[in-house]
Amino acid sequence: MKFTLKVWRQKNAKSKGRFETYKIDNISPDTSFLEMLDILNNNLVHEGKEPVAFDHDCREGICGMCSLYINGRAHGPDDEITTCQLHMRKFKDGDTITIEPWRSAAFPVVKDLVVNRRAFDQILQAGGFISISGIVPDANAIPIRKEDADESMDASACIGCGACVATCKNGSAMLFVAARVSALERLPQGKIEAAKRAKSMVQKMDELGFGACSNTQACEAECPKGISIAHIARLNRLFIQAKLQD
Amino acid sequence: MILSSLTKKIIISLSGLFLLVFLALHLVLNLTAICSREWYEAVCEFMDTNIAIKLMVPVLVLGFVIHLAFATAFEFKNWAARPRELKYAVATHTKGVSWSAKNMFVLGIVVILGIVLHLFNFWSKMQLQGFLGNEEENAYDLVVNLFSCKCFVLIYAIWIIAIFFHVQHGFWSAFQSIGLNNSKWLPRLQFLSKVYAWIILIGYLSIPICFTLGLQCS
Ligand code: HEM
Ligand code: SF4
Ligand code: FES
Repeated sequence: MKFTLKVWRQKNAKSKGRFETYKIDNISPDTSFLEMLDILNNNLVHEGKEPVAFDHDCREGICGMCSLYINGRAHGPDDEITTCQLHMRKFKDGDTITIEPWRSAAFPVVKDLVVNRRAFDQILQAGGFISISGIVPDANAIPIRKEDADESMDASACIGCGACVATCKNGSAMLFVAARVSALERLPQGKIEAAKRAKSMVQKMDELGFGACSNTQACEAECPKGISIAHIARLNRLFIQAKLQD
Repeated sequence: MILSSLTKKIIISLSGLFLLVFLALHLVLNLTAICSREWYEAVCEFMDTNIAIKLMVPVLVLGFVIHLAFATAFEFKNWAARPRELKYAVATHTKGVSWSAKNMFVLGIVVILGIVLHLFNFWSKMQLQGFLGNEEENAYDLVVNLFSCKCFVLIYAIWIIAIFFHVQHGFWSAFQSIGLNNSKWLPRLQFLSKVYAWIILIGYLSIPICFTLGLQCS
């Protein structure tokens, strides 16, 4: 297959970026999107040019590192997958593919297609953990309703990729925060600090320059793990609880 | 004191819910105009003299002011999080995202402009005159005169359609914002949201349309 790639190139966080156009040929339909970029970089290196910087790690949809806004969609033209799980057969031969970094004030571009997602770690540091101490009973000895365990499991599927922020018109991290808050709140160990956790994580999210939620549902549509906005409702509930306890 | 984004959203939601109740009541009372001149005049008389209603007027104004002020602050914060220079070169429509949801602020602006016009058309000629010690104009005559002009029918229609879109998203969104939602209730609330919005649309539109076509019974 043959493609024309319009790739966002930006030297560093401070410089102004622009699109660079590259032609690429001889791509098998079974090539993954990231492999296609590897081939492009190989060609660029051979031509003595600077390769395109992009994030990736596990390449099996579980680490959340790969990002990319491809033809106007986070993780490209397919539902509930990451970019590393996207294959070139999803495109038509001869297509022009525009590749942009995640765009949000809270995710500044580091270089080319790589953005700094440290803000997510900072949100987690603000409350995405359990801090109760003392003698902790064996986890298997605590009875948990199947429904709660399932919900917690669904929320834990969040891989922290940032597609929700990238897609949201407000650059809001509410789906990410809600997923993390929900995953812990559904379990007995996490329930105890649930309200306080919700409040401190939302506070951190605000501080770091993310927007707020307009309930557009864009985040859940583009989340590779299908995290539901029902978790945002729970986050809102816990936040109100925390406020009432203040 | 800097309020968190979520606190702002909750305030927008609570004031929004209050406005939704007002909007529905206002509709029921105004529909009497289509039914009969006497009923409508009786309603206006009641609204003018009842002490509970009189006490609710400042609360209503406050509801609007709070909704508007917090909505504006909320939007500014969101624009800062995704400024113009961080727009995507290529953007597609995201599946399941309603036009209303993306345009709540613009819709709100149209709504408030409509309210200003509406107050000028009615309140300034009735309650305000009463307050100034002048003769109040007859409410029913005001309706008849206003909608004898097609341009006002059109302007009111645009205003009502903006309200329709605003509440079509606003209704379920308000419940979501205060946490009264889950996966089971999301489709139900979205359905109720549509029902409410359509009642508002058809109900309010019927007044200018009936009067401009002379279909009212009086
Ligand atoms: C009849 C009048 C109005 C009614 C019934 C109404 C109702 C609502 C409701 C129920 C919500 C949802 C709240 C939430 O999700 O938390 C909302 C949101 C909102 N309203 Fe209104 N509203 C009215 C007028 C206005 C006006 C005059 C403005 C002025 C700009 C406005 C701007 C907004 C904004 C910006 C939002 C938030 C949208 C978002 O989440 O991004 N509204 N409104
Ligand atoms: S909620 Fe979904 S889109 Fe957002 S960071 Fe988690 S996995 Fe990615
Ligand atoms: S590289 Fe790990 S999720 Fe794509």
